[in-house]
This record gives sequence, structure tokens and C-alpha cells, in this order.
Amino acid sequence: MGMTLAEKILARAAGRAAVKPDEIVVAEVDLAMSHENADLVRKSFAEIGVARVWDPSKIVIIFDHRIPAESEKTAATHKAVREFVAAQGIANFYDVGRGGICHQVLAERGHVKPGMVVVGTDSHTTTHGAFGAFATGIGATEMAGVWVEGRLWFKVPATIRIEVGGEFQPWISAKDLILYIIGKLGAAGADYRAVEFDGPAVRGMSRASRMVLTNLSMEMGAKVAFTPVDEIGPDADAVYERVLRIDLGRDIGEPQVACPHAVDNVKPLSAVGELEVHQCVLGSCTNGRLEDLQIAAGVVAGRTVHPRTRLIVIPASQAVYLDAMRAGYLETLMTAGAIINPPGCGPCVGVHQGILAAGEVCVSSTNRNFIGRMGSKDSSVYLASPAVVAATAIAGRLAHPQAVVEEALHA
Amino acid sequence: MPEGTLILRGRVAAVLGDNIDTDIIYPGRYLNITDRALTAGHLFELAYPEIRAHLQPGEIIVAGANFGCGSSREQAAAALKFAGAGAVVAGSFARIFYRNAINLGLPAVVAPEAAGLCRAGDEIEIDLASGSVRNLTRGSTVAAAALDPRAIELIEAGGLIPFLKRKYAA
Ligand code: SF4
Repeated sequence: MGMTLAEKILARAAGRAAVKPDEIVVAEVDLAMSHENADLVRKSFAEIGVARVWDPSKIVIIFDHRIPAESEKTAATHKAVREFVAAQGIANFYDVGRGGICHQVLAERGHVKPGMVVVGTDSHTTTHGAFGAFATGIGATEMAGVWVEGRLWFKVPATIRIEVGGEFQPWISAKDLILYIIGKLGAAGADYRAVEFDGPAVRGMSRASRMVLTNLSMEMGAKVAFTPVDEIGPDADAVYERVLRIDLGRDIGEPQVACPHAVDNVKPLSAVGELEVHQCVLGSCTNGRLEDLQIAAGVVAGRTVHPRTRLIVIPASQAVYLDAMRAGYLETLMTAGAIINPPGCGPCVGVHQGILAAGEVCVSSTNRNFIGRMGSKDSSVYLASPAVVAATAIAGRLAHPQAVVEEALHA
Repeated sequence: MPEGTLILRGRVAAVLGDNIDTDIIYPGRYLNITDRALTAGHLFELAYPEIRAHLQPGEIIVAGANFGCGSSREQAAAALKFAGAGAVVAGSFARIFYRNAINLGLPAVVAPEAAGLCRAGDEIEIDLASGSVRNLTRGSTVAAAALDPRAIELIEAGGLIPFLKRKYAA
């Protein structure tokens, strides 16, 4: 009997010929990533009382949630992690100004390879399935255990296969596709499951767009998610719990929007209704890459952000920032009235650099719209594609990019 | 929980719905608190501050499906534990929250029908090993998933840290 990609990778990492869903296996960890919460991990590690981490070359630490430090408290945790990193000889450390959002940096610096088992103290570690890795989030204390032992138990997940065919309609992107899927399956629709995306439409997507699919799969509970790579794949006779087929032309005719306060509360844009918007955010580990900034720059070029609205742009990494600067996207966005934040998480996690007041509405290219996620518990967050975020910033209300672009033509 | 017993008894502090996410349990703005005991002060701060205000040691939180969805933040499980919760019983759990709870020694019990059976203030009894939730106030019982032996080992040790500490003490 053939194996899915998740089964194949876990079998290899557990030293087994084959595994099947619901079995518990102990797998060797190839890569262990943390961000600022390395401070929590470090404390648990110290409590366990083992002197050295199992393998400093397999640990990567990337500051992103609060950079540069927004408070004295954060500054102290940053400092403690820097000291730990130096003492343990962890070379793969990306400090302020050296990296950016953890998932983007892990990917663009080539840390992730097909077939690896990757764990990260961040839920969106599923992103790295776009590189063929079994990559999943764990908590800080569990990570301390990995730092000690270099291995971890996993329940082998059953796999949901999602095959996507057809052509993307104008202004429809990977973000719309995955929001559509989350709306269909629900916030717990892939709980404890692996997800394999495939099909001609997925194979035609850029790596950046594929990362949007694997990143957001977390929001339907997925343990891991994959898009195809050349090096490793499922067996032809692999057994799936469920197969879903999506045709882009038939199923996704307009941009999709996740409405407050749940990521699975997804509607086509036209069904959301009139919505005045105060803040637009373009960024995050979901949609802060070069192609996202390019699309947004295309929509806002020659136009001005609506007086009621502010547009916050956050390149996902230093490298994306530089590329976007050289390509002129940042100049276009700034000329339209956007503010550019330093690469990092910023308002996505509701900590700094763009917090919402009570009663404010935000349309964001990020990945969560939970109550109070970006500020006041009485604010609202709508999740959408970079094109919709850019169009909304210009219109000052939730807008279809096509309408914004055409309006100027007729003006 | 007394050493050696896998029966837990306590009052239900609150019965919550489905998809209680980690931002509801512990807001992102307090993630730079890395002293676990201090996380307790922000439990349910934005959505249900009254639960935190009234929670008594050993009381049990009951919820619907997919409890703890969202972020991997361990503070969500830590805040529950250090605010005094004796256990969380839910229809199902998001996987990272579930692992975090067990790793911190906080019993997390899957019982799909518990939210329908319990009201705040009820006295319930949970058998972690065999898997059942008895509502002593109402005299009814629902099935729960028995905890995996690996999870029981961690709960009995008081969490992953004491467990590993013992293993590597030499
Ligand atoms: S950008 Fe947002 S979702 Fe991504 S790692 Fe940062 S806080 Fe988490």
C-alpha cells in the first residue's frame, strides 16, 4: 500500500519502512525554528537542567514579532536570547535588521529542504510544506524537549488531497483560493490532518503563491500542508481520507473575504456589502512577498490612498524590502500615501506599528481576524488578497480591484 | 490532582462555544511575558474577563469543538493552568494547544457531548484513564476519549519539564 507524502517523510524520520494514520512515531527533527519565544524555550530548557542543546546547527532563531524592540520588556527578552545563542554556538540567528518574518527568512535562506522534519514554535510553520518538508508548529516547552533530545513524537496524520484545476480569473490569487477552501472546510476542517495540494493550477503557481496555501492551511487546523516538489512526492497508490477537486474558473469568480471574527467566515467580496475602512495592512508571512507588493503597487500606481484610510505596507523580509525598493514598488506605494514598516510581524499580532482603535475596521492581507487580534476588542479585521487590500486603501471602503482600476480610466 | 489518581473532580467555571481561539484565551499583546505564572493575569482578558475574575483553583473549563485554535502560544495553556484551572474539557482541541496543555501538566480531555451536558456551577468528575465525564449535579455521564498513556505519563509527572528533568538527572 502506497504512502502519502506525510507518511513517507515520517516513516523515513522514524526509521521505519512504512507508517499509517493514527500510529504514534518518534521522529528525528531536522530543523527547529523559534522566534522571540525562544526566550520561553530557553527558560524551559534551563529548568530541565541539560547544559548543551542537541545540535546547534539544526536550530534557527529569527526575531520578528517585536522588532525593533517596542518596549523595555521585549528588549530584555531579546537580550537574553542573544546571550543564549552566543553561549550555545547557534550560528543561524537572525537579529534585528538581518532577517525579517521567520517563515520568509527560513525559506529564502535555504534552511528548508524536501523531506525534512521541521518544527517551529509558531503555528504557521506549515508554510514550509511548500518546500516539501513535514513542517509543523509546537509549543515552547515541547521545543525545549527537542533542544534536549532532537526528536519528537507525532501521531501520523490522515491526508486530505486537494486538486486544483482551471485558470485563475482576473484579480484572483492564491489567497482567494485558500480562503475559499477554508470557508468550505471550516476552521477545524483539517484538524490533525495533512493536506496535499496538487493539480495543474497549483503546479503553475509561483513558490511565493504556494506558500500562501501551506501557510493558511493552519487556519483550518492542518498539522502539515504540502505543494508538489520534484524531489519527493506521495506514492501513486497512496490512500487519502478525502479528495477535494476545485476548478478555479467554476468555483472562484470573485475575490474572497474572511469576515470577523473567524477565518472560516468567508464570503465573496460582493456579498460583504458596503464597508468603510480605516486601515489597510499589506504584509505578514502570508502575503508580504515581492509578488504581493508588485500587485499592490500596480493597483495604487498614480492614485492616492483615501483620506479616511491609512495603508501600512510591511515587506516580509530585508531581502523582499530591498527587491521591492529596487523594483520601484515601494516608491509607488509611498507616493500613493502608504507607510512602509520594517520587515516583521507588527500589527499582524496586535503588538505595535498599526494597532486598531475601538470601532475601527481593517482590511488586511494577514491570516487571522480573531477578536482583538490587531488591537481593540471592538475593532474588526477582514482578510483579503493583496489586490483587494490595495484597492480598498484607494477607495476607502472594501473594493474590487477591477472597479478601482476602471474608475480611474473613466475619470 | 492528588498523586497517583486519574480521577479529577471540580466545579465547572464556564461553558464556552466552538472555536475558542488562542487570542481569546491569551491576547497576542502579552506574548512578551515569558514568566509562566504571570500569564494568569491576562487569561480571557478581551472576551471573557469575568471568567478570570471568578475562577477558583481546581475549577474546570468546558467548551465546544476546536478549543485553542490559532497560534502556537504556550501562554494560552499556561494562563489557564496558573489561573488555577484543574482541566479543560472540550469537544475537540486544536493540536498545538492540546500538546501544550499536556506538556504543562494541564489535563485536556476530549468529550464531544460535554458542552451540551454541563452548565456553569455543575460539579463534574473526569476519569482520565478510562475516559468519562460524570455530571454529579445532574446525574448524567458522557463518554470522553481516554488519555493516551504517553499523556498520562506527562500529566502524572506534572508536565514535560519535570519529566525530562527526572530522565536526565544524573
Ligand atoms: S506575520 Fe503574523 S502570522 Fe506570520 S509569524 Fe508574524 S505574527 Fe505570526
